[in-house]
Amino acid sequence: MKDVVAPDMFDCRDAYVGALEALAAGDDRIVAVVNDSVGSSKLGKFRDRFPARLINVGIAEQNMVGVGAGLANGGKIPFVSGAACFLTARAMEQIKVDCAYSEANVKLCGISSGVAYGELGATHHSIEDVAWLRAIDKLTVIVPSDPWETAAAIRAAAAHQGPVFVRISRMPVPALARGEDAVFTIGKAELLRDGGDVAIIANGTLVHRALAAAEALAAEGIAARVVNMATVSPLDGDAILAAAATGAIVTAEEGLATGGLGGAVAEHCARHRPVPMRMLGFPGFLPTGSASWLMEHFGLTAEGIADAARELVAGKG
Amino acid sequence: MHKLERPEVAGDRSTRLEIRANHVRERANWMRRRLLKMIFVAGQGHPGGDLSAADIVASLYFDILRIDPKSPNAPDRDRFILSKGHCTGALYTALAGAGFFPEEELDTYLQPGSRLNGHPNRNYLPGVETNTGPLGHGFPVGVGAAVAGQIDGAGYRVFVLTGDGELQEGSMWEAAMFAGHRKLGNLTVIVDRNRLQQGARTEDTNSLEPLADKWRAFGWDLVEVDGHDPEALLAAFDAAADPRDKPRVLIANTFKGQGVSYMRDQAGWHHGVPDAEQYAQAIAELEAELRA
Repeated sequence: MKDVVAPDMFDCRDAYVGALEALAAGDDRIVAVVNDSVGSSKLGKFRDRFPARLINVGIAEQNMVGVGAGLANGGKIPFVSGAACFLTARAMEQIKVDCAYSEANVKLCGISSGVAYGELGATHHSIEDVAWLRAIDKLTVIVPSDPWETAAAIRAAAAHQGPVFVRISRMPVPALARGEDAVFTIGKAELLRDGGDVAIIANGTLVHRALAAAEALAAEGIAARVVNMATVSPLDGDAILAAAATGAIVTAEEGLATGGLGGAVAEHCARHRPVPMRMLGFPGFLPTGSASWLMEHFGLTAEGIADAARELVAGKG
Repeated sequence: MHKLERPEVAGDRSTRLEIRANHVRERANWMRRRLLKMIFVAGQGHPGGDLSAADIVASLYFDILRIDPKSPNAPDRDRFILSKGHCTGALYTALAGAGFFPEEELDTYLQPGSRLNGHPNRNYLPGVETNTGPLGHGFPVGVGAAVAGQIDGAGYRVFVLTGDGELQEGSMWEAAMFAGHRKLGNLTVIVDRNRLQQGARTEDTNSLEPLADKWRAFGWDLVEVDGHDPEALLAAFDAAADPRDKPRVLIANTFKGQGVSYMRDQAGWHHGVPDAEQYAQAIAELEAELRA
């Protein structure tokens, strides 16, 4: 797996640690808890600047999350950081009980989420995480799309009283064009492009691909609405209903095609405004391949999104 | 922050300890009677483990802990975490007895909408530090609270009560290893060593012995005590207040069902419920012990 990033592309871990260090400099309640993941979480500089506030429990994820809840009990604001696959799957009951059910003020940072670990295989992919976590009451789940949104989500998580999961990708993404007045609000979707023929709801690494798909569709006379649904829980139901008003929704995420963002949108539509949908994501355990190959192979590309949108629009008759 | 009401004690150290222990003994006896009533009324509960833990919990809540029911979230409070979260009979009676909620509310135990859930919920009840129930959770949370205190140089102490069967959970040893590594001198774990788990003896299920060697190997200071002797418990908890560079574990040798003759050391009373006749006998035995 290469960490070489093109000049106009960004590894969101950098935005994460930048925001965390800035927060820590101004608030000594901010601590980081890791499972031997200082390097993979890019927390080396944090450790050098705030040595007493970097708590490395070693390779022990259940204890890591429990210790995080205990640090919150002691008045700290812990950012518990580990590879998303281990943090979520290994410590799921600690996330459920110690963090969510206890309403502990713990921030869980799932690093290198989705298929970032490509060739390392399904053990290291974290594509089930959003489906699992959004089923847990009281837990806020955020999937940021680019460096700006990652940093904003980290600041929002710190300011929010209660447990939050932030999914932090290492798959390079461009910085999205946003107005000066852009704000990130937990639970509020971001309308990135207006359009009345079809809506594309995406988050994380799929947002820039959704925008590229909308661009391609526009050239064919199809006006696609693009919604960045960074917060999967709590869900922005109004934004989904506005998308459903186009009469067709494509969802796209770097995760399972069922149960995650697509599942959440489908549930909301089924309850309030049924609409034809295409849910793009991964089918399950994946074959060997790099992250970019997996994205291509399973159609998680601008072209794949555009194809799904075309099919839906054609089907509207 | 002030200590809970406890008798004024004068005299030399051993006399003072005896007076304090008598107070704890009386409170533990009350807890036992009260929790049996809760379970009898509710028709559900875990009397075996509640009764084995009663003297430990009473020693903490009615003597050792620096807690204030009027300020249950005071940053400098001592923390007690019930890692064996099913023993709410012991925890709820102690919290009510210590003034965290009205004693009458104990009669709502397990009733629809009650704050007294089968396992403790900090969002329902003041004085509960973290929600427990599945085994292997409270101890890591206690370690985290102790790390926070260590970073801040705070004066509070953290006490975690675990079951002995609970030590079969891997997360317990993750926590033990890390607490030893961090030299958490502000942390005390009490193992309720009643030697019975839900269905059978621990040593017949997945043996814990040599238990003391295991804790010492993980970097812990270890004291073995009679977990039904408040004098021994108080002395051990007092000593734990001394500055030290290791976490401390008390292996408290106990009996499941202690205080009720027919429940004592019987696996069947893990979550058994007494009938009316058994309940009357249990209360009579405990009242007789109080008069003795």
